[in-house]
Amino acid sequence: MSTEPDAGVTPDVVRHLAGLARIALTEHEITKLTGELMVILDNVAKVNEVAGPDVPATSHPIPLSNVYRDDVPGVTLTTEQALAGAPDHDGSRFRVTAILGEEQ
Amino acid sequence: MSLFTRTASSLGEMLAAGEVSSVEVTQAHLDRIAAVDADVHAFLHVNAGALDAAAAVDKRRSAGEVLGPLAGVPIAIKDVLCTLGMPSTAGSRILEGWIPPYDATVVARLRSAGLVPLGKTNMDEFAMGSSTEHSAYGASHNPWDLERIPGGSGGGSAAAVAAFEAPIALGSDTGGSIRQPAAVTGSVGVKPTYGGVSRYGAIALASSLDQVGPVSRNVLDSALVHDIIGGHDPRDSTSLTDQWPSFAAAAREGAAAESLKGVRIGVVKELDSPGFQAGVHQRFHEALDLLAANGAEIVEVSAPHFEYAVAAYYLILPAEASSNLAKFDSVRFGMRVNPPGGGTVEDVMAATREAGFGDEVKRRIILGTYALSAGYYDAYYGSAQKVRTLIQRDFASAFEQADVLVSPAAPTTAFKLGEKINDPLAMYLNDVTTIPANLAGIPGMGLPAGLAPEDGLPVGIQIMAPAREDARLYKLGATLERLLEDKWGHTLLSQAPSLAPGEMFAAESGAV
Repeated sequence: MSTEPDAGVTPDVVRHLAGLARIALTEHEITKLTGELMVILDNVAKVNEVAGPDVPATSHPIPLSNVYRDDVPGVTLTTEQALAGAPDHDGSRFRVTAILGEEQ
Repeated sequence: MSLFTRTASSLGEMLAAGEVSSVEVTQAHLDRIAAVDADVHAFLHVNAGALDAAAAVDKRRSAGEVLGPLAGVPIAIKDVLCTLGMPSTAGSRILEGWIPPYDATVVARLRSAGLVPLGKTNMDEFAMGSSTEHSAYGASHNPWDLERIPGGSGGGSAAAVAAFEAPIALGSDTGGSIRQPAAVTGSVGVKPTYGGVSRYGAIALASSLDQVGPVSRNVLDSALVHDIIGGHDPRDSTSLTDQWPSFAAAAREGAAAESLKGVRIGVVKELDSPGFQAGVHQRFHEALDLLAANGAEIVEVSAPHFEYAVAAYYLILPAEASSNLAKFDSVRFGMRVNPPGGGTVEDVMAATREAGFGDEVKRRIILGTYALSAGYYDAYYGSAQKVRTLIQRDFASAFEQADVLVSPAAPTTAFKLGEKINDPLAMYLNDVTTIPANLAGIPGMGLPAGLAPEDGLPVGIQIMAPAREDARLYKLGATLERLLEDKWGHTLLSQAPSLAPGEMFAAESGAV
């Protein structure tokens, strides 16, 4: 793994990222974001100046472990409540369009 | 003196003494909102059930129920928090009109303590921003100058409090979203220790950084709110099980303190930058002089890795946000946009997220997706997490030399709306003073230090304490607040311009 990240962001990279993030960006947005990402990445890459191999990573500021609670039945949402904010449903399930496209 | 100019603690006392009803207090604030919020735009939604909630508290009181110190007092709630009966949008189009099926734990605790939710306050979309200009519903305006930002992301809560639309509010702070708005509006805001306040029902931005906290016009009121919302919540796996002291007691003790003898106050050299606005620098140093004159020992401490904090933050935050915001998938809640000609569920998802997210949210999701992708993970996200360790070590060593640390709460006073909107990086640098506390999980408070001579706008000072030592913020904050107000002869917010001509304002009546 390189410690000098390649911040060369191209429109194709942004298009690929948008696909991964499921956002149908317009070509205009892709062009604009390509430039902005290059500037931002240039700046944030400075973390590599001090992040040597001897420094452990911190993922949570105040780590807790084995956070369990008793498994007791509690009050849960009714089906009606759970579906209340859904864009579409059939009364008991969320309704979506086709999962697979034609080419799949 | 109008009811809306009173602090939450004084309203609580009047309510307890039967001098006024919660319905009257709530109505006074609803009237104030009606009078000024067209200009300030602090609220996204005003609670139609507020007077009913107030009447219910009045009934509990008249039935002889023993109620808490803020029972019957109205409060504004940042729109990032889930609320039964009120839309919760986090400032995003993708959640327009969404009414959650449950209350956030903090909201449930407010309701059971008898507080009256006035409504939901404006914010940058999903709390991404320092100005509220990234709200999908339009920016809020600073009560000190309506052409300026009220800070962000919690600019709506700070503006509501500073414009006397609510005595207290809730905010959330991921990189300064409570403390920076407090600084630029002349109000008080506290980011508690990470895990000190439940986040159940707080729409997540960056889960290793987010913390919910109080917003108010004085230190005691924030402490009273913190006492209500704090403490362990089994529904939040990051919630600490500590027994917390009374923060209100700490604030009262601080306000009464005769001297600061024996208190070591550390000035973080790296956050005392000559690049900050001159009036910010001046008022900050005057506050230090005042603390020293009252017996505090001022020591300079160094935190050499703070200069990497903003860079680390803008890797960690987008990475976590890109994951947290994956839940907005057009299936279970929120907006759905069907692309022309139909498509698969993934096409619908992509079209929905394109239409439902604003520019800044897209920018950070793409950045976070990049930082987490194979081949770049170690160089970006992994390195940022290492910087986080270095910043924690800087704090640990600084707190060996000082009981609390101080800095300006923001590098400048409120900037003009539109000034930084097209320069994401300039907007990000605005958080330089507040971000280190989030990365380390420690508590921080923003409170007024005066008005900058060059523009007459509020300057904030930040106090930071070691993790779990939130009480130190309230104690020292209350002492500093009293010393400054003794020196000025009034509260800072009493000097804010009157927004509704003809109404008696705090300045005339000497509020607080």
